[in-house]
Amino acid sequence: MDYTFQFDAVFANWPLLFDGVLLTIRLSIITMASGLLIGILGAYVLRFGPRWGIAIVRGYVEVFRNTPLLVQLFFVYFGLPSIGLPLSPNTAAVWALGINLGAYTIEIIRSGLLGVPAGLVDAGRSLGLTDLKIYLLILLRPALVISFPALSSQFIVLLLGTSVVSTISAEELTAVASSIQSRTFRSFEIYLAVLAIYLALSLTAKAILYAISRRFIYAHLKMIKG
Amino acid sequence: MFREFAWLDVISLLRAAQWTILLSLFAFVAGGLVGLAVALARVSRIAALRYAMIGYINLLQGTPFLIQLLVIYFGLTFVGIRLDAWSSAAIALTLYTSAFLGEIWRGCIEGVPTTQWEAAEVLGLSHFQKYLYVILPQALLVSLPATVGFLVQIVKATSLLSVIGFAEIMRIAQTINNVTFQPFIVYGICAVLYFLICLPLSRFSVYLERRLHGVA
Repeated sequence: MDYTFQFDAVFANWPLLFDGVLLTIRLSIITMASGLLIGILGAYVLRFGPRWGIAIVRGYVEVFRNTPLLVQLFFVYFGLPSIGLPLSPNTAAVWALGINLGAYTIEIIRSGLLGVPAGLVDAGRSLGLTDLKIYLLILLRPALVISFPALSSQFIVLLLGTSVVSTISAEELTAVASSIQSRTFRSFEIYLAVLAIYLALSLTAKAILYAISRRFIYAHLKMIKG
Repeated sequence: MFREFAWLDVISLLRAAQWTILLSLFAFVAGGLVGLAVALARVSRIAALRYAMIGYINLLQGTPFLIQLLVIYFGLTFVGIRLDAWSSAAIALTLYTSAFLGEIWRGCIEGVPTTQWEAAEVLGLSHFQKYLYVILPQALLVSLPATVGFLVQIVKATSLLSVIGFAEIMRIAQTINNVTFQPFIVYGICAVLYFLICLPLSRFSVYLERRLHGVA
């Protein structure tokens, strides 16, 4: 063990790393929002949709949960341009991550809906509400409350999953690290530093999600469970 | 120049799929052994051991697998141990798998009712015997659905080994794509291969879950 660590390469390039962190955070937030939206729509179809709609959503969920994100990403980034739909790395990254996360959120919100008392649907029907209104006004909130813990951990998985988009050179943290190490040859130090940055990011995200659940979710959950 | 995508390429991909499966099995066995130790340490009576394991699990679950892999791949060569793609992949997969399986199994061990511990105590079993004959068999049964479910995550994680040059499905796909430039077909076939490996596992996990709860 006569290796001397030299973290100069890390410190000298901190503005680049910082930009990478910002893009990682931005990618994660955009993906969370779109993944949540897909989840809300998909779970509606599964609960109230026509049979063919259910079949499509089920197929989507199965395909995207049973193939690696890397394959989906390459398919979107390299595959789609070949049928005439070129995307920039960052756009392809958002699309692939969002569609991937959506498959998981649909499944999570669907099982959240199972925890909402069925009587609420009847109550909505007797008020003459349409399915969509029953879903959006009555069922959705308790379902989201119930699935909040599962959604939170899926969001953390996504945050860490954004590192994969470095393979199509979207300029997030991992890609920045890779370009710094190819210039400085200080691979070990740089990836160690990046490991620490990701750990800090995911612990912070966990703390924020926990704070949200303490502030908004906990009281609701007690109300639902009685 | 580019050549056409041929049946030969499908065969190369199928060969590569064998590596994906082999790697996944290796990760499951090696990661499972370490994971069992992690789970037991996590419920140990020694506080220092418990805290060390919480740190271990947080580190491995709180950072991307890709970065763990790269730290090991570049790191250990620089420290003076020469590592090829195989050993880096083996170490990274084992660590990653052990953290997740360890945490899943800890939950299952803690889920065994306290009365079972007490009953074992009354029978005069040693600490080791309590685990072996009373607690672990029950925990194992409860843990099956989540364990099989995590196998899917392992198979998908192996795709990242292509980054360090390991010749599994994704790596071979990239080399084929470089000479044929038909990404739609090449990555489409990749997706189908992963799907065929993962879907039975997912289905089996759901089946086990239902059986456990007496639905099926």
